[in-house]
Amino acid sequence: MFDLKRSRLLAAAAFTAAALSSPIALAQDGAASGGKDKVKAAFVYVGPVGDFGWTYAHDQARQCMAEKLGDRVETTFVESVPEGPDAERVIRQLAQDGADIVFATSFGFMNPTIKVARQFPDVKFEHATGYQAAPGNMSLYNARFYQGRAVLGTIAGMMSESGKAGYIASFPIPEVVMGINAFTLAARKVNPDFETQVVWVNSWYDPAKEADAANALLSQGADVITQHTDSPAPIQAAQKAGAIAFGQASDMTSFAPEAHMTAIIDEWCPYYVKRVEAVLDGSWEPQNVWLGMEDGEVVMSPFNEAMPEDVKAAAQKVYDDTKAGNYDIFTGPITDQAGEVRIPEGEEIPDEDLLKMDWYVEGVKS
Amino acid sequence: MSLDLVVAILMAAAGAATPLLIAALGELVVEKSGVLNLGVEGMMLIGAVAGFAVSYTTGVPALGAVAALLAGALVSLVFALLTLSLMANQVATGLALAIFGTGVSALAGAPFVGITTTTLGPLVAFDDPILRLLFGQSPLVYLALLLTLAVWWFLKHSRQGLILRAVGESSDAAHAIGYPVLKIRYLAVLFGGAMAGLAGSYYSLVLTPMWAERLTAGRGWIAIALVVFASWKPGRLLLGAYLFGFVITMELQAKAAGFALFAPEFLSALPYLATIVVLAVISLGRRNATHAPACLGKPFRPAV
Repeated sequence: MFDLKRSRLLAAAAFTAAALSSPIALAQDGAASGGKDKVKAAFVYVGPVGDFGWTYAHDQARQCMAEKLGDRVETTFVESVPEGPDAERVIRQLAQDGADIVFATSFGFMNPTIKVARQFPDVKFEHATGYQAAPGNMSLYNARFYQGRAVLGTIAGMMSESGKAGYIASFPIPEVVMGINAFTLAARKVNPDFETQVVWVNSWYDPAKEADAANALLSQGADVITQHTDSPAPIQAAQKAGAIAFGQASDMTSFAPEAHMTAIIDEWCPYYVKRVEAVLDGSWEPQNVWLGMEDGEVVMSPFNEAMPEDVKAAAQKVYDDTKAGNYDIFTGPITDQAGEVRIPEGEEIPDEDLLKMDWYVEGVKS
Repeated sequence: MSLDLVVAILMAAAGAATPLLIAALGELVVEKSGVLNLGVEGMMLIGAVAGFAVSYTTGVPALGAVAALLAGALVSLVFALLTLSLMANQVATGLALAIFGTGVSALAGAPFVGITTTTLGPLVAFDDPILRLLFGQSPLVYLALLLTLAVWWFLKHSRQGLILRAVGESSDAAHAIGYPVLKIRYLAVLFGGAMAGLAGSYYSLVLTPMWAERLTAGRGWIAIALVVFASWKPGRLLLGAYLFGFVITMELQAKAAGFALFAPEFLSALPYLATIVVLAVISLGRRNATHAPACLGKPFRPAV
């Protein structure tokens, strides 16, 4: 009986203290809402975790983060969430179920995330690859994959005999468009007549269609296959046809040991650790970051042994220079498809323009 | 256009058509017996993962195809138990099966993500493009054509086929004459499952020799639409599947050549649009509507 009374007393005291302290907390900066002992982090994926591409990379990073933070974090995820109204439902459900921070990992989740973020001001939201955020509790994060595309373009330009690459693309959003442009610009630095033929498959993940698209490109003279879709199907097709290809979002060597030259790898783990730690110690603030090779967020998988030495050296140089901050593929002069100079000599495309990119450079056939 | 390119296009079209044709043939027989199994996508995925797993562990892709066949039949048995013996709603059970298959295949396939296996490719490789087109495709392509012929013959000319159709048109009448309605429907559902499984293995063994979650990416639904499109006739099914395969291939080839015939969104909707158009046309043409088996989707309760 006594114990019960005491616990009631304690509860009452705690309540009084909370009531007293909360106006003070509110008066402080609204974003920093104090630390936590344990954070519930939720992830929303557009594809299955087993896609061995984009979603796989995010899920590897989630596991890596969970391992690093141990029992201070509890992670959950929902996979294969379609972009659209369903995403809003899923994100709201996660927020309702008590997630402290929600990572929405696909471009099409942007608007749903904004909507839910407005309804749950106490939950932190992080959206990958978007350009708009709800004020106060939503961050944007992205990686400069185009830097990796420049490495791929350099290899393609040097190794292609037909001077024609097939590019299997998902949707014409800025993220994809700038990848196509970076790849083509880099290839044309090596081979000024290089052409990139784009095939839109209208899906992030459809192995059969990606394979068919690769086969169509290969049968029309492309001897390099690169992709902005998530399955290893295109590089398998390239392997069968004796062409070269690049992995997407993870090292896909095992699927095509001869065709696979290298892959752009997304290293999300350090970012996830940092952001969840920020929630843990109460220092989380909304931000908009775009990290690249300089920050170790974009890396290349080991080059194929069969790659000629000069190609290896050139590709490594692009990587090293980008990492050191001395190389930006989007440096003028850049001409567009119509042959007009868009970016004059020596100028760089500012980030806000890159994130809205809706035009193709010379050499892109789409 | 060079001969090589034409051959490449035709072979790709046959490749895109084959799994649709196999899965749709199975579903056609199921529906002819009066059962609607919407779980084709799930059964295909289970076939795909079973095929890959067995092919990878044994190193014999043909064994993988057999395993896919058995796995598809096995999972369709669950559907048959629920809908035929327990008389659960066929539409709901079919949809559940599609979702179940997606989940189970992902679970079972987890250890096989990220590896590749031997392709169930052509038995003989030909350099000559014409020979390659005629004889150099995966055995499954030829098997699908043989199966079409067999299903057509079975339904049209065999006594058992006639009984199966009778069961689908009027299960009560067939029962009154003394035919074992449930047994026939069980067999039809098992055949449908086996075909769906085999069709799934085409993806994991031939087209993209790997396992990844949701590998079939919705082809099972197209197969179901194709059955309606073909108004339950194997010949038209063959035509429909190849037509669809050809349209997909031409679209990608056109894009690879630098021009787009249609918006890609339109192409994704095409099989379903075509199905609606065909349904509308048939309904306009004849009084007896769509050729759909009269007892399609209706559970059979023996009145004894």
